[in-house]
Amino acid sequence: MLRLPKFNLVSPKSIDEAVQALADSEGRARILAGGTDLLPNLKHEFIETELVVSLGEIDEMRGIEVTDEGGLSIGPLTSLADIAANEHILRIAPALAQAAGTVAGPQHRIMGTIGGNVMLDTRCQWINQSHFWRSSLGFCLKKDGTACHVVEGGSRCVAAASNDTAAALASLGASLDFQNAPTEHGDGKRTLEFEALFKADGAWNKKVTPTELLTRIHVPATPKGHRGGYVKLRLRGSIDFPLLGVASRLDLDEAGKIEHADLVIIALQARPTRVRKAASLLIGTTPGQPDYEAAVADVMAAAYKQCHPLPNIPGDHEWRQEMVPVYVRRALVAALA
Amino acid sequence: MGARDQHGPGAPWGDEFRAVGKSLRKVEGLSKATGEAVYADDIVLPGMLHAKTLRSPHAHARIVSIDASKALALEGVHAVITGADLPIKYGVIPWTKDENALAVDKVRFIGDEVAAVAAVDEDTANAALRLIDVVYEQLYAYFDPEESLERHEPAIHEKNKHGNVSKRVELEFGDLDAAFASADVVLEDDFVFHGSTHAAIEPHCAVARASADGLVTLWSSTQITHYVQREVSRVLEIPQSRLRVIQPVLGGAFGGKSDPFSLEFVVAKLALITGRPVKMLWTREEVFYAHRGRHPMNLRYKTGVTKDGKITAVDAKILIDGGSYSSFGLVTTYYSGQLLTGPYDFPSYRFDSTRVFTNKPPCGPKRGHGSVQPRFAFEVQLDELAEAIAMDPIELRRKNDIGESTQTVNGQRVTSNGFGRCLDEVERASEWKSRRGKLPTGSGLGVAGSMYISGTNYPIYPNEMPQAGIQLKVDRSGLVTAFTGGNDIGQGSSSVVRTILCEELGLDPLDVRVVAADTDLCPVDLGAYSSRVTFMVGNATIDACRKLRKLIVEAVAAKWEVDAKRVYLGTGEVFDTDERETKITTREAFEIAEVFHDTLGSTGSYNTPTLGGDYRGGSIGASPAYSFTAHVVEVDVDTETGMIDLKNVWVAHDCGRALNPMLVAGQMEGSAYMGIVEAVFEDHRVNRFGLHSGPSLLDYPLATSVDTPELHALIVESIDPEGPYGGKEAGEGPLHPALPALSNAIFDAVGIRLRVLPFTPGRVLAALREKAAAESQNGGASC
Repeated sequence: MLRLPKFNLVSPKSIDEAVQALADSEGRARILAGGTDLLPNLKHEFIETELVVSLGEIDEMRGIEVTDEGGLSIGPLTSLADIAANEHILRIAPALAQAAGTVAGPQHRIMGTIGGNVMLDTRCQWINQSHFWRSSLGFCLKKDGTACHVVEGGSRCVAAASNDTAAALASLGASLDFQNAPTEHGDGKRTLEFEALFKADGAWNKKVTPTELLTRIHVPATPKGHRGGYVKLRLRGSIDFPLLGVASRLDLDEAGKIEHADLVIIALQARPTRVRKAASLLIGTTPGQPDYEAAVADVMAAAYKQCHPLPNIPGDHEWRQEMVPVYVRRALVAALA
Repeated sequence: MGARDQHGPGAPWGDEFRAVGKSLRKVEGLSKATGEAVYADDIVLPGMLHAKTLRSPHAHARIVSIDASKALALEGVHAVITGADLPIKYGVIPWTKDENALAVDKVRFIGDEVAAVAAVDEDTANAALRLIDVVYEQLYAYFDPEESLERHEPAIHEKNKHGNVSKRVELEFGDLDAAFASADVVLEDDFVFHGSTHAAIEPHCAVARASADGLVTLWSSTQITHYVQREVSRVLEIPQSRLRVIQPVLGGAFGGKSDPFSLEFVVAKLALITGRPVKMLWTREEVFYAHRGRHPMNLRYKTGVTKDGKITAVDAKILIDGGSYSSFGLVTTYYSGQLLTGPYDFPSYRFDSTRVFTNKPPCGPKRGHGSVQPRFAFEVQLDELAEAIAMDPIELRRKNDIGESTQTVNGQRVTSNGFGRCLDEVERASEWKSRRGKLPTGSGLGVAGSMYISGTNYPIYPNEMPQAGIQLKVDRSGLVTAFTGGNDIGQGSSSVVRTILCEELGLDPLDVRVVAADTDLCPVDLGAYSSRVTFMVGNATIDACRKLRKLIVEAVAAKWEVDAKRVYLGTGEVFDTDERETKITTREAFEIAEVFHDTLGSTGSYNTPTLGGDYRGGSIGASPAYSFTAHVVEVDVDTETGMIDLKNVWVAHDCGRALNPMLVAGQMEGSAYMGIVEAVFEDHRVNRFGLHSGPSLLDYPLATSVDTPELHALIVESIDPEGPYGGKEAGEGPLHPALPALSNAIFDAVGIRLRVLPFTPGRVLAALREKAAAESQNGGASC
């Protein structure tokens, strides 16, 4: 089997120790949570590191709590299996539970964490390969090269955000606590709106530095009429990364009319794709009524127009585009189910 | 000669079988489940070095120079070898030896082996690989088989006489023109079969040790110990008698471990050079490069039927993409035509098959070698013909059933044949009559049939010695040890041997040991391929048992002073059939026999009778017995996404007699799974750079348990006159109908004919759109 390159490993017991270890490494360390993303990437050698900071022993980073306001505070080390089955998440943020439940296979979800899925590296059929494979081809923009094999002549990496839970968390308006080691300028803590984490560069699609540690995930309270869903396009019923993932959010008023709607799509480009304008066509309609059905058709058409899958991840990208409206509708059905 | 003795299909001790027909646990079952089993990579020897392979990053290139001096200078590196160290070419087929363990002068695909390093550990060996400087001069590379057919410069193999054509076979039987003229409907269509690979869970691994006195031992995850011994001995120029090849427990093969592979030569050579044991374990990626999987084929079929459903003529033209080396390609090319002539009787047949080289991982034998692709095309075409003459597709197949004790149009002898019963079984179990053509749009049922060999009478290298040999050693403790060259690759070959010993000698399974696939200890057997093991090893085992039994009975009869006919040892105790109180244990009988005969043992062997048509290639595909299969597949098609939901596969298979129904059902289910999955999920191909499109089990998806249909194994027993107790193969035949039955089920579900594999959702949607467009042109007629 492929060998794991050599590195030093530290296992801090607290967030403070962890961020200090990251700061000491001056950004050369890599963070290990469940390892389901990092370890294959290390074996493929497009991530290289001298130091791995393992979070496994930091108990304060685990757990799911309901806040006084009725939202969720989630420790990023919580396993995806626990997220998928948690009764509070199923009630308050059903799209998140559904998304977590579709990540990879059952064993991966036991090892893999919600924080790891949020921070998942982008994926591309030309990068998630061995060093030998990539060297045969000529290295690409994501690591060690200047060419893009997806977009001929492209100068910016278009590897795709492939984290199922990101679509759900974006639709839920989540926010993320990050922590750096304290300096004379401050305590190193900051909170980012979920979507502010991402930028449109597949080489590194996050607006945080390698020394910053995701310490908490906040999901605001959802109204009583909240409905959420997540559907995932993949060839197999398990294991695979999304070829397309759609999270939907519908907040209904007491009469059953939609007062807030959102759709976020993953696995298209380097950042999650929000199709809010399309989703807004649903506002004011009532599921089950003709106005809703008409609006859904418009939403599907608008989403199709907005989304342009690239041959970045495996699979037929033209078929993936055809599937955008289909999966948008199925995401809405999943929310209302 | 004993090898050709007919033992008859009956029970050895009267009417009842005692072990045969029972679902006995596999010999190695528990050790695999507990982790006790020792696979090649579990072998660790004192002082052992680890070897790694440098591979070509170019699809087709001349090697200008190799400089390994920096690698050799790295601390911990013991040796670096290149093609110059192993210049003798090899190949599993004696007439097409075109491989080198490490490239000599040129490389022919991305991943071709160039150099190897032995070092103290894998990391050091890997580091050394990056220090080897190879200068290449790139050559024009071929990725399209059509191009290899037309263009011959540069040649992928310079010494090949026919440019980039690897093999061509044209054979014609009967009067095609007249037969087509007599048909009421003739259809001609093009089909495309993509490549697929074995994806055995255990990657290839080999360990070699060279002792100071010049004996070399090679442990390898191979399914053909004997051919590995022959080829490694030849290439390394060491006598066969001094090279011992052992196959440890194997984690699946499916044909992917039937060639001699680079790593076997390399570890043996490195062990000889360094004087230390050397291990090489391939990565999953390397297994994909070594490949030898199913050949992609472009197939054109023309078939005629009369309006009452009788097939009159079949004409096939097939282009086979062989990849970069010959491997079993000569046989593949013959099989692509020779194995289609059952289970249906047709009076005229022609095929014209051409295998070409391309700069891709070499293709070879995968479960259902050479005949799964033609079977796909032909069985889809039969479905279309049934539709054209408005006949039920099962009925059409029944009408053309070749039957038993007959001969095919190309001269193959057919003995037992349970195909008709296979059709009956799938028809009944799937509720075909009440459901086919009547399910809601999106759901459908499809049928297909097939025939396959139980070994062939064509040994890989021509010789008249037995194809299977076995030796029995009897211990006075009551233990019988069988030494068989047969390779147990998980299919149950050692378990078949044990069952037969239990049956013949009345032994408890725990009083039988099977030592298999060790060339120092076991008689030659040609290995696990062509579904030959149960039939040939089984017959050899019966042969050895009958000889041993004769010795024991003779001794006991002498002791009891009774006629030998009265001595019965079928049930675990030995008694006099006339005086039932006179009885002893089997162990006591062994002692009596040892006193009477001296040290006890026996040998047994099997060789096929003379078979096959009297023409060049007539013996290729000629089998002592054929198995027969029918499938009905039930599918749901999502017309919005084009995705296929596999619901049920009913697999009826005529295995002659099920020596162990659990193992037979396991082979049937495994085969059906493998076939249907390669139609839907798998696609072994290179990308536009000639680089493997994704050499991992993530990018090359195999169906998980949630994607797998319900598999219903329906065993049909035709009791073959020459098989062991009437048994035939069950390991490959049950794969064939899965792909065409799926295509036919999709037609029943949504009215589209899929002739291009794999059935990706994009292709399904395109076909649905095409159908809709055609219907709207025809004024909106509905189906």
